[in-house]
Amino acid sequence: MSELIEMRGLTKAYDANHIAVNNVTLSLPRGRIIGLLGPNGSGKTTLIKMLNGLLAPTQGSIRIGGCPVGVETKAHVAYLPDRTYLAGGEKISEILDFFCDFYADFSREKAVDMLLRLNIEPDTKLKALSKGTKEKVQLILVMSRNADLYILDEPIAGVDPAARDYILKTIINNYNPNATVLISTHLITDIEQVLDEVIFMRYGHLVLYTSVDNIRAQHGKSVDAYFREVFAC
Amino acid sequence: MAWNLDSDRPIFAQLAERIQIQIVSGDYPPGGKLPSVRELAAVAAVNPNTMQKAFAELERSGLIITQRTNGRQVTEDEELIRSVRTLLARGHVEAFFSRMQELGYTGEEVIALCGKILEARTAAVPEKSAVYPVPEGDKGGD
Repeated sequence: MSELIEMRGLTKAYDANHIAVNNVTLSLPRGRIIGLLGPNGSGKTTLIKMLNGLLAPTQGSIRIGGCPVGVETKAHVAYLPDRTYLAGGEKISEILDFFCDFYADFSREKAVDMLLRLNIEPDTKLKALSKGTKEKVQLILVMSRNADLYILDEPIAGVDPAARDYILKTIINNYNPNATVLISTHLITDIEQVLDEVIFMRYGHLVLYTSVDNIRAQHGKSVDAYFREVFAC
Repeated sequence: MAWNLDSDRPIFAQLAERIQIQIVSGDYPPGGKLPSVRELAAVAAVNPNTMQKAFAELERSGLIITQRTNGRQVTEDEELIRSVRTLLARGHVEAFFSRMQELGYTGEEVIALCGKILEARTAAVPEKSAVYPVPEGDKGGD
């Protein structure tokens, strides 16, 4: 099977002095959970936005499932952005209606099931929920799609450790050998044992793409410790 | 509950060791069925591919057998299980002796100390009978 994501010479320059993503060539297979790691300002979110068609590359190309990014790929990519796009005034059930209309691969049943297991009433308005619960709801919306690619931008920042465990458990339980999950985060320790592979980025460049167990076997340290070494200030 | 894993060694190797211990200790008896990769990955809170790799490792060593229709089971070869168990035990004892040596103990002193401590322990808490293998009808009343 061909790779799920193919990036070739991918570049995004906001202006001449500010190249957020610089000539990244990378292929990512299906059936993996991959961490996108890098310090602040390394280009992670810019890369993710290009994968979702929210930013156009300055140069280079992306193919997802063989197609250039566009309407076709958006139908197969489930994206959890770093900031919410939901207004908050709607009831959760209304948001579910919206997702059913919008995404052919959305399973309302799955979403309701996950919500009930967390004792979240679909009648509740989103803004009535705590920050952590809101984040869980948004993750549930994204993971209830039967997508080829799940892109989660900082899904565990700003939630308590119990909510973090729930989010990681949800990612593991939804594992599908045909789909890949790309997770960007600073909180490597928390997520390390859930990942197959990691991508390190620095100043827009791709620094490293390898498996978690490779790093541990080669360097005798965790990905978190290795990251601190590579990116020491 | 998530399994406690060291941060400086490959995860799959630690998972394999942990399942190995569960097999030699009899938690998973000979010929017994093992949970699926997915189930066990969820329990351990690890990536399913990593758990798969751990299972593959145990298959290579012969402790686990995969049947196409029936999932995975522990080998029925008790001889093999016993030899793996002995190997693990030897490793622990070797490591223990090395550490005692660092403290300046001779072999005999170590044995003498072991005897004393075992005596004290048995007096405080009656020893449990060995989990594996348990000879039938020979457990003794308590």
